Amino acid sequence: MINANKIGRALLTFVKYLSLIFFAFLAVLPVVSCFITAFKTDEEYQTTNVMTMPVNWFNFDNFVQAFNKAGMGRAFINSTIILVCVLFFSVMIGTQLAYVLNRFNFFGNKLIRALFLFASQLPGVAMQISVYEIMYNLGFINSLAGYIIMMCGTDIISIYIYIQFFENIDYALDESAIIDGANYFTIFYRVLFPLLKPAIVTSCILKGVGTYNEYYCANLYLQDKKRLATVATSLYTFVGPLGSKYNLICAGVIISLLPALIVFILCQKQIYSGLTSGAVKG
Amino acid sequence: MKHKRSFKEWIRSRDGQQVLVMLAFMVVPLLLLFLFTYLPFGKMFSFSFYNMKYVGARKFVGLKNYIKVFQRKDCFGALKLSLYYMLGSVVQLALALYLATILSFKVKGGNLFKGFMFFPFLINGIAIGFIFKFFYTRGFVFDTVLQWCGFQLENLPYWLKDQRINNFSLVGTSVWRYFGQNMVLFIGAIMSVDSELYEAAMLDGANRFQQFKYIIMPSIKTIITLNVILSITGSLSAFEPPYVITDGANGTGTYFVVMHEIAHTQQKVGLASAMAIVLLVIIFMATIAQKLFFKYVFKNAEDEDPRAAARRDKAIARSIKRQERKAK
Repeated sequence: MINANKIGRALLTFVKYLSLIFFAFLAVLPVVSCFITAFKTDEEYQTTNVMTMPVNWFNFDNFVQAFNKAGMGRAFINSTIILVCVLFFSVMIGTQLAYVLNRFNFFGNKLIRALFLFASQLPGVAMQISVYEIMYNLGFINSLAGYIIMMCGTDIISIYIYIQFFENIDYALDESAIIDGANYFTIFYRVLFPLLKPAIVTSCILKGVGTYNEYYCANLYLQDKKRLATVATSLYTFVGPLGSKYNLICAGVIISLLPALIVFILCQKQIYSGLTSGAVKG
Repeated sequence: MKHKRSFKEWIRSRDGQQVLVMLAFMVVPLLLLFLFTYLPFGKMFSFSFYNMKYVGARKFVGLKNYIKVFQRKDCFGALKLSLYYMLGSVVQLALALYLATILSFKVKGGNLFKGFMFFPFLINGIAIGFIFKFFYTRGFVFDTVLQWCGFQLENLPYWLKDQRINNFSLVGTSVWRYFGQNMVLFIGAIMSVDSELYEAAMLDGANRFQQFKYIIMPSIKTIITLNVILSITGSLSAFEPPYVITDGANGTGTYFVVMHEIAHTQQKVGLASAMAIVLLVIIFMATIAQKLFFKYVFKNAEDEDPRAAARRDKAIARSIKRQERKAK
């Protein structure tokens, strides 16, 4: 009896680890094969199977070439500018909005929350049909500033993260500041904003990864690819004549996902908790 | 003069200060929300009655665009492809739930496995397009791995060209990208379950499957419902895999890919707007139908709950007695 139980448990453990290993393998396979190929010389790439290891793991030629051909230097500068501006403004806007929605009970409070929630349900690709016309009329096509302004709109997930955080900050803090003669602006900037730091970090990481990876609108509104490519859209260089030189393409792909990988390794916990807290409420 | 002074006073009072801070803090986000969501939403509705391009003259055509949406094979017919994506999302949710259940308990290297499975979610769309064009190319990654497993290359289809299989290939990439994210959400929900419940169940001699059915499932049904609803609406608006990998060629053009092409390449803005409105209405109806459905299902499920709870209590009492007897 005890033996059967032991065997059963061992089998369960075996199945458990087998499925974990199998699915982890499937998850990394496409990226790892890309990584392998990125180190191969042209000749190696043409003569060996894609899954054979490269001869020289220090062959960075493809990376250098891909970086130059796709103008990724410029692209990294653009992406950095976009990232810094979008994060700065969306944090300011988002925390301020969450402050008002959480601290003040006024007519329309619920309506505003509902408007943001409904907006998040609308599929982006469909909305861009008419947003394009607005961007055109505002002269925002091929304008980095225009793209940044469009991306600054707060999303419901960060609003929820901030509101949740505000709910855990005691009102007594606000009240004592009021007694000390502070006005609402001072309360927000001097007292509450510094306390929001963890929530800001979480939402910045999520929004940052999203902004860095955004390609649909960037492709639509930043059409001048020489001057205004982001890291993601710079990869479009490889469509066309270079389309079959996969050792080069893979190097470009790996370069483009390095920043996301680094952020992920450093901030795993915040990413997981941010996603979870955003999803449970939404 | 008198009025002005009283306004000044009012603005200095607490009420006035409140209104001031509310205005100052809400003007920008609401303006952006209006400018990039609700204004375009209204415009899309009005565009759908016109024959127009982004620039140039517009001609009112009434409901003609809507009629076209239903008549043209490449428009409404493309919705059939959503079925593939719905199937994919069922697989994705089941897989995510299975792996989340495993990873919620003590597992060696659990964090590493979780990280590997989650990372695809953080890769940008265009990179994914290239990765999978490469992955599915004849004789490349996928074919090689299948050959390791004993398949012959001659017997394998062209994953992205063969119309019998290419939609499954694309759906596979979407499952690959999102199952890890779903898994993380499920793990979060499972972790929020009170650990005493598991201990009670263990004492009671419940096996892993029973634990899953009676403890884990009920506590995470809200998030599962949410994900089912999201994935069905997501399937209707499937866009990214065909857009970045095949560009909608060889019968892989989903409704949104066709709509994107009509709007931005052919510049038939009116028709594309009508397509968008039709799909939004369908999504809206599907969401309501699902919410009603789940409400109905859970209502029935809750009727059983008290009895199950009573049974659990009895079982716990029994096991405590048994232990007491053993102790004697």
